[in-house]
Amino acid sequence: MSLTKAASLQDTTSTARKLRDRAFLGTLWLATLIALLTLIVLVFTTFVDGRGKLNLDLLRNFPSPFPEDAGIQSALFGSLWVVLTSGILSLFFAIGSAIYLEEFANPNSRVQRLITLNIQTLAGVPSIVYGVLGLAFVVRGPLGWGFTVGSASVVLTMMVLPMMIVASREALKAVPPSLREGAYALGATRWQTISKQVLPAATGGIATGSILGVSRALGESAPLILLGALAYVSSNPSGFDSDYTVLPLLIFKYATEAQEEFRAVGAAAIIVLLVLLVALNLLAIVIRDKTRKSW
Amino acid sequence: MSVLETQSASLQPSGRKLRQQRFERFVVVALAVIATSGVLVTTGVVFALVGPTIDFFREVRVSEFLGSTRWYPLYEPPEFGVWPLVVGTFFIMLIAVAIAVPGGLGIAFFLSEYASPRVRRVLKPLLEILAGIPTVVFGFFALYFISPNVASKIWPIGEVGFYSGLAAGITVGLMILPMMTTLAEDAMAAVPRALVDGAYALGATKREVCTGVIFQAGLSGIIAAAVIAMSRAIGETTIVLLAAGSDAVFSFNPGNPMQTMASFIGFAGLGDQPVDSTGYRTIFAVGSMLFLITFGLNVMSRRIVNRFREAYE
Repeated sequence: MSLTKAASLQDTTSTARKLRDRAFLGTLWLATLIALLTLIVLVFTTFVDGRGKLNLDLLRNFPSPFPEDAGIQSALFGSLWVVLTSGILSLFFAIGSAIYLEEFANPNSRVQRLITLNIQTLAGVPSIVYGVLGLAFVVRGPLGWGFTVGSASVVLTMMVLPMMIVASREALKAVPPSLREGAYALGATRWQTISKQVLPAATGGIATGSILGVSRALGESAPLILLGALAYVSSNPSGFDSDYTVLPLLIFKYATEAQEEFRAVGAAAIIVLLVLLVALNLLAIVIRDKTRKSW
Repeated sequence: MSVLETQSASLQPSGRKLRQQRFERFVVVALAVIATSGVLVTTGVVFALVGPTIDFFREVRVSEFLGSTRWYPLYEPPEFGVWPLVVGTFFIMLIAVAIAVPGGLGIAFFLSEYASPRVRRVLKPLLEILAGIPTVVFGFFALYFISPNVASKIWPIGEVGFYSGLAAGITVGLMILPMMTTLAEDAMAAVPRALVDGAYALGATKREVCTGVIFQAGLSGIIAAAVIAMSRAIGETTIVLLAAGSDAVFSFNPGNPMQTMASFIGFAGLGDQPVDSTGYRTIFAVGSMLFLITFGLNVMSRRIVNRFREAYE
């Protein structure tokens, strides 16, 4: 009697337990589905909206307040200018800083810890704040470079630098000490070891990290609102002193236009931007796979 | 090749060795300069926010800044009560975090305990793609999809307009969802496997392991991740600027248009503010506030990790 009672009690608790397990798994699925649906719906609706405008005229025409002949040419070139220059600048600073911090600086020294703390802090600063700083110090103030390609490149460099330093440091950390010790044992100096052994071994990691940094610069819009990129620019940049606009800002501009027709132009511009980003990320994946080594 | 080079280098007369040594020293100095300049310039510039902010508070009394609920700094006559921005920032952050934190935790649980390696291999890259989508694209999505199809359908209290804090908050939440997932996964991965396996050995189900072991043991990391998510939501500009409108309405109903600190800065940047105007300095005052808040949250997040981490090994 008491035995069956205990058994049935256990039965009910175990069904309740199973039910709760199911419900839990259901919520987890729901969360995962929300993320996936966001991606699918976003890409799908953008494609449907922009399909009609997705042609060569879009790439050939310049931005315009008239939807019929509104294109993205100057924004495409503007993005290319800004992203390439800020990519090169930040790569230079990122690799230099990473080598110093990983290979030369004493990890327990105050300077090292201060710089590391700084990088962590800067990585958490919202991107719009970089726009404010750029407005005060690059566009106006000390540098006084105005609303130009050069200003945008400098500000985007400041913005992606922390993240690129972190990525480059990780790449250098992943190079096994035995490689360095081997080089030292053969009589190589410190710089010879770094330039001939460590850096080549870390290339894959550094390249992957910097491509991610570059794609962030390519998609970034907030700071550039303050740096004068939000305009219909009807000529491609010809140097660092040119006016410019970039794809994300042009999309922003088209999104704020009242006429319904701009929705299609904006969506088509988004497709171009997404294609560029996917291409960059594929490149990163290819590099990662090509350079992957097991030590 | 390099072996031969270095060998012959060491056999050379000391002139070349000296040059090599000098070069090495030069390299160290050059790298140190690069490392400190890149970081210090940016940091110095951050500190330089202080100047225009002080100028701002010379013109605008703190009592007005903190005592009024009307924010019209770019109008004539200007009014500088910051509360609409604070309330807008808080509500949009709250909505975003209410989506991203439970959602990110759920996906992380799913990935770490339920998903088969094959599902993981599909899911992870998709999440990475979602994480890489530019915010302006999310803003566009908020305007044309979330606002008419989601925000206006689910809000129980009153009408939701074309521009609303709700649509902005939902979209910001979806935007930071992949980041929250990654951070939560990292926090969960830090829980020693022996603890998890022990629970399974005692007959716990996957749910019990998730909520009873992984969540508890990884709690400090999870809270830290949530704090980072808050900071990201507060700093988001473009989505809010596009989806929540450009009026700093003092309202506690997210169905209305709202402005956050970040989106105000963006809004002020849309027009060219003359350098010596109060409008220009307002950008810096609000920028300093935004910086201080996000900085505080990031420091807090690091503190939480360091202080409450349970050391198992």
